[in-house]
Amino acid sequence: MAKFKHPQILTCSDLITGDVMFMQEGDWNRDHRRAKVAHTEEEAAALLARGLADFAKNRVIDVYLVDIAISADGHPEPIHYREKIRTLGPTMRLDLGKQAEATFAGDI
Amino acid sequence: MALISEGKFIPDIWHHAAPEAAIADHTILPLERIAEATGAFGVLLPNDAEIAAIKPFLGTVSVIAINFPAFTDGRGFSLARLVRRAGFTGELRAFGNVLPDQYAAILACGFDTVEISPERAARQPEANWTAALGGRDHAYQRGYHTKVSILNRRRAAK
Amino acid sequence: MNIAVTPPVDKPGSNQRPAMYYYDHFDRDFVQERVAEFRNQVERRLSGALSEDEFRPHRLMNGLYLQLHAYMLRVAVPYGTVSSDQMRQLALIADKWDKGYGHFTTRQNIQFNWPQLKDVPDILQALADVEMHAIQTSGNCIRNVTADHFAGAAADELEDPRPTAELIRQWSTNHPEYTYLPRKFKLALTGSTADRAAVMLHDIGLRIVKNPEGDIGYTVIVGGGLGRTPMVGKLVKDFLPRADLLAYLAAILSVYNRYGRRDNKYKARIKILVHETGLEAFKAEVEAEYAAMDRSGTNADPAELARIAAYFASPVFETVDAGDLEVHKAAHPDFARFVDTNVAPHKANGYAIVTASIKPYGGVPGDVTSAQMRLLAAVADQYSCREMRISHEQNVIFPHVKQSDLFALWQMLKTDDLATANAGLITDIIACPGMDYCALATARSIPIAQEISKLFANEERQKLIGKLGIKISGCINACGHHHIAAIGILGLEKSGKESYQITLGGDPTFSASIGERLGPGLDAEEVPHVIDSLVNIYLQQRQGDELFIDTYRRVGQAPFKPALEREVEDGSDI
Repeated sequence: MAKFKHPQILTCSDLITGDVMFMQEGDWNRDHRRAKVAHTEEEAAALLARGLADFAKNRVIDVYLVDIAISADGHPEPIHYREKIRTLGPTMRLDLGKQAEATFAGDI
Repeated sequence: MALISEGKFIPDIWHHAAPEAAIADHTILPLERIAEATGAFGVLLPNDAEIAAIKPFLGTVSVIAINFPAFTDGRGFSLARLVRRAGFTGELRAFGNVLPDQYAAILACGFDTVEISPERAARQPEANWTAALGGRDHAYQRGYHTKVSILNRRRAAK
Repeated sequence: MNIAVTPPVDKPGSNQRPAMYYYDHFDRDFVQERVAEFRNQVERRLSGALSEDEFRPHRLMNGLYLQLHAYMLRVAVPYGTVSSDQMRQLALIADKWDKGYGHFTTRQNIQFNWPQLKDVPDILQALADVEMHAIQTSGNCIRNVTADHFAGAAADELEDPRPTAELIRQWSTNHPEYTYLPRKFKLALTGSTADRAAVMLHDIGLRIVKNPEGDIGYTVIVGGGLGRTPMVGKLVKDFLPRADLLAYLAAILSVYNRYGRRDNKYKARIKILVHETGLEAFKAEVEAEYAAMDRSGTNADPAELARIAAYFASPVFETVDAGDLEVHKAAHPDFARFVDTNVAPHKANGYAIVTASIKPYGGVPGDVTSAQMRLLAAVADQYSCREMRISHEQNVIFPHVKQSDLFALWQMLKTDDLATANAGLITDIIACPGMDYCALATARSIPIAQEISKLFANEERQKLIGKLGIKISGCINACGHHHIAAIGILGLEKSGKESYQITLGGDPTFSASIGERLGPGLDAEEVPHVIDSLVNIYLQQRQGDELFIDTYRRVGQAPFKPALEREVEDGSDI
């Protein structure tokens, strides 16, 4: 596993819908800003273990940790552009993806 | 291990050679131990075996099992066709990592039976194999053991 | 048993059925079995009987990927031929199960970007209802066969390659032996003297040729390909008699299936096998297998190819003149430009081949809305024998248009931005979906294409520049075919940022060549300016109406290097 350098959140895709999800306190959520942040390698491992358990239960696929930084207003934002795009939607079609939904618009 | 024939799990009179153990009747041996064969014997071929390697005992071997190290590794399908082309008429087994979804292709390439691990058999039970046998009838190719060769049917319809 | 092979009767009100393949009951039963099989696979995936590792190859073999934001379904458009009824069904699928649009790919297919796994069996059923499917549009199997998008219409054609392509499509579908290959396997065909299908750059490329005795056969090219290790294909058979096609293809596939590398997926394509084995040794292996196999038991009955070919019989062309074409051109300069760029010669007098541009200035290359799909279908109904082609340049072709209808057709296309006069020009940019959609991408492609398109939107300047291909890939897998573009752009990642490499001198035709890297990577915002400079250098260097590739081959790369360093003065007076 890559060395732990940044705080991390856990992401996956929903098996049935294919939607991008993030691990929240209790369960998966579509909003990365509400994702549970792992601040240590141990916390990240625990997050990953929970995600892989859901993979084993055939609920989700493509489970992996994403490096994040905490934004000015206190929520996690991915550092890498790939993961940023994944939280939003196609960059030239702002009418599509999570960025187009009212609950996600506004403060991103 | 579970043996599947015609969509059913059936008893297996064959067993695989244990490392170091003496060879008994009805044993499937790895290729490198073929000299130890006694009585009725079978051989387990790696999927990159050349036909030249099995020519010497093609007339005496009863079972040829071809190993599938991963279900995505399709070399075993070609090897099966070549084994049949070389004249082998005994039992041809697909051994290891194959899926019910591949059953039609397995039979089409000349295999008779499938041998899978107990773990796989638990997850992909007999019903899956029976269903796979009944699932797909049509194939576009000629020269394979398919239920309906569309090309041959069209030709016959002329 | 009912073995009807007669094409369906014309629908009331239609003057002609599209000249394309129709399923007989075997084909219908086959595709129906495949839909049922996938439905069952999805059920077993959800129950856990199939793990994700076991399911993935099977969903891929039905065209279903997991992408960045969602699943993506790639629907096969065999050799790019699609009827207006099929196009309307694609529009329905876009509206009902996706987000109202689709994307034409560089392999003449169409992709939907937002389907849900639970809906895919229903989508496949909707496709089967119009004799379409998503079979083998992905996975390590023989992929959708591509062909010249002007097939059956081009003035320079020896024979329509689509009957052969359809024969290969059928033979390669669910092949019991060649479905778990080391890697994907792509075939392309052309029957023309001009290569519009990039046959030199496929795992197998086939050219329909005539030998000195006057018999039709195939020239077989093996081991071309793009991706991480681009290679131009090699000649393995000068003249393969027509009747032996399937046996010879089987011999090649057999050698590849047994000996292709499986230890490293980046070295698993047949081009690496040919390269590492050596061409002569590879040919010897193929010939040995060909000699040993039961050829007559493998080949299709010659009557089968004839049966298929009958479906592709040319529409009956009327004796027509161009009508008021010249009058309309004189009255409408923008229509005249469209005719100049988007209309190609047809084999029949008074007819033309028309390209509807899916490259509006600043738009997403290859994206069409469901409304545009319906408009394209309506245009085909009215003016092109109810038939269209998807080109690997991601445009839509109307193969059989009366010249006297061109003006009306153009006006119809214009109503929904499908008449940009840029086919083959610098703004007719090929781009893969890139990181805006693709899970494999290392950088975005589409926004780069959009910026370049806007920069060159001036149609007088485009006309001055002439034919010039720009192709953009968002990763080394090269779905955007950047290696074979006059100007290629490859998006990579460098220190957490997108970085773009420029290649020059690629050529997709019979004189194929792989583009050469110009220099270090660029930031996204630098790319359009550098392209602009490269074009200015070309305009300064070119002699007469020389194409970019010819100028490049004559002067080499050195004169183009300064484009990376400074902006070059515009040599034109526009």
